[in-house]
Amino acid sequence: MKNDNLIQYIYSIADNALILGQRLSELCGHGPSLETDIGITNMALDLLGQTRSYFQYAAKLSEEDITEDDLAYLRTERQYRNVLLVEQPNRDFAYVITRQFLFDAFHLLLLQKLQNSADETLSAIAKKSIKEVSYHFRFSSDWVKRLGDGTDKSHAKIQDAVDNLWTYTDELFHNLGTDSELIEKGIAIDLTKLKEEYYNKIKEIISEATLSIPESKYFQKGGKKGIHTEHMGYLLADLQYMQRTYPNMKW
Amino acid sequence: MSEKEVKNLEAIFEDKIARDEKIEPKDWMPEKYRQTHIRQISQHAHSEIVGMLPEGNWITRAPSLRRKVALLAKVQDEAGHGLYLYSACETLGVSREELYEQLHIGKAKYSSIFNYPTITWADIGAIGWLVDGAAIINQVPLCSTSYGPYARAMIRVCKEESFHQRQGYEIMMILANGTPEQKEMAQDALNRWWWPALMMLGPTDAESVHTEQSMKWKLKRKTNDELRQQFIDQTVPQADLIGLSIPDPDLKWNEETGHYDFGAIDWDEFWQVVKGHGPCNKERLNARVSAWEEGEWVRDAAMAYAKKQENIKLKKAI
Repeated sequence: MKNDNLIQYIYSIADNALILGQRLSELCGHGPSLETDIGITNMALDLLGQTRSYFQYAAKLSEEDITEDDLAYLRTERQYRNVLLVEQPNRDFAYVITRQFLFDAFHLLLLQKLQNSADETLSAIAKKSIKEVSYHFRFSSDWVKRLGDGTDKSHAKIQDAVDNLWTYTDELFHNLGTDSELIEKGIAIDLTKLKEEYYNKIKEIISEATLSIPESKYFQKGGKKGIHTEHMGYLLADLQYMQRTYPNMKW
Repeated sequence: MSEKEVKNLEAIFEDKIARDEKIEPKDWMPEKYRQTHIRQISQHAHSEIVGMLPEGNWITRAPSLRRKVALLAKVQDEAGHGLYLYSACETLGVSREELYEQLHIGKAKYSSIFNYPTITWADIGAIGWLVDGAAIINQVPLCSTSYGPYARAMIRVCKEESFHQRQGYEIMMILANGTPEQKEMAQDALNRWWWPALMMLGPTDAESVHTEQSMKWKLKRKTNDELRQQFIDQTVPQADLIGLSIPDPDLKWNEETGHYDFGAIDWDEFWQVVKGHGPCNKERLNARVSAWEEGEWVRDAAMAYAKKQENIKLKKAI
């Protein structure tokens, strides 16, 4: 199909927003304070709003008669292109913040490039999302610093989260095999080029938070090829429940 | 202060209320007024944050992206209402921590309606339509209540609630006009939420202990039974419009009174839930307590960090 590569590329961006938005929305009503509850819900709302813009565009590009909801709800697990990082569960607030921080730093760099994409719609969505994601990055960086340089307990907890989630960072910079043509045309972003700036930025904040930078050189990957962690199936079971149980209905 | 001086202050206070002027945090007020307001405003704030739980239960399973975003935003609005109401309550000289403590040990109450489970998607529609509908009827008069910070908080709350109510009704309308399965889901939700929604307007006037005093302070403008009648009169035509039936065989339009007559409310069920034995009382309270306890290390860290930052600033200043 003619737009297939572009649609796959859109999935690889939109699915990150959808799955992280879904994870964050699990927390609504259970935050450590009303203020953080509201802050986390804001990020979920932004990410889900972005998801809708991307999927509406992908649905338009598709030759089939589909909607944003078909894309969000009715693919199989192997068809989701999100990175493993965003599907990691909400173990505790330190994991939530670290997952967010590691993703936001990448997300912001990506959008800064994507706003200059030769694809007008992607460029417009990126421009609109940058403001939101800059705020996410500030929120998560501030919390990394608070937890890192807060109490002994919070320091230990967030160090543990950083150590354990670090293994999912490298995958953020993997291009899909189908991206090369789009990169040449200036539509897609070559993610490998964002890597150095990303690690410099996050290492600076991790150090400022008095945390140590993990030394592990072993990384996990697979999400972008649709090979997810065991957590993903449960997340999708929740996400897709209504659409699978009551197919072809309007809500 | 002499007895005469207190009498004088009391007279000024009573005059202000009679003239519909607001009582502000720094104004003198009788201790009973302060306590009654702490009780009612905190109960209201607790209802907002406990109310996030039954609806939050459906955020991850909402059937479309549009519905998911709307529900998430709605539950977030409730957190916001909780914030303004706790702040209004704090102006009466009590801290948010103390108020949470009273909720967690079961001393403070919250609206009993949130002790019912949300078992289908239609329950989200029914809550918006009926529960927010009943809440608005309870709350609109509070926009002109005598205590300034409460009245101002309620103006914002009511605006958002009426938006939520329309959104809930729209969910029900789509279901009622949908497939037979969807219509059945909507009717089932109405059947389960109708009576608890009527109970939300409070015990009958004969049983209501606070009504008289609250009327005097403009915390109440109408009695519970008047409010309930208003809710029924307003809601029955809305159900008719979308082809759902109110689960009350005794419900009948009364030409003479110009109101609907309705069947007997099961007050035993009401008191059972109020006393802590409803279907979800334990779950709701446990969810609040564990969010608070599991968040303690986070709040401690934020405090410790803020203190360190302040010290750094101070050192720089010296």
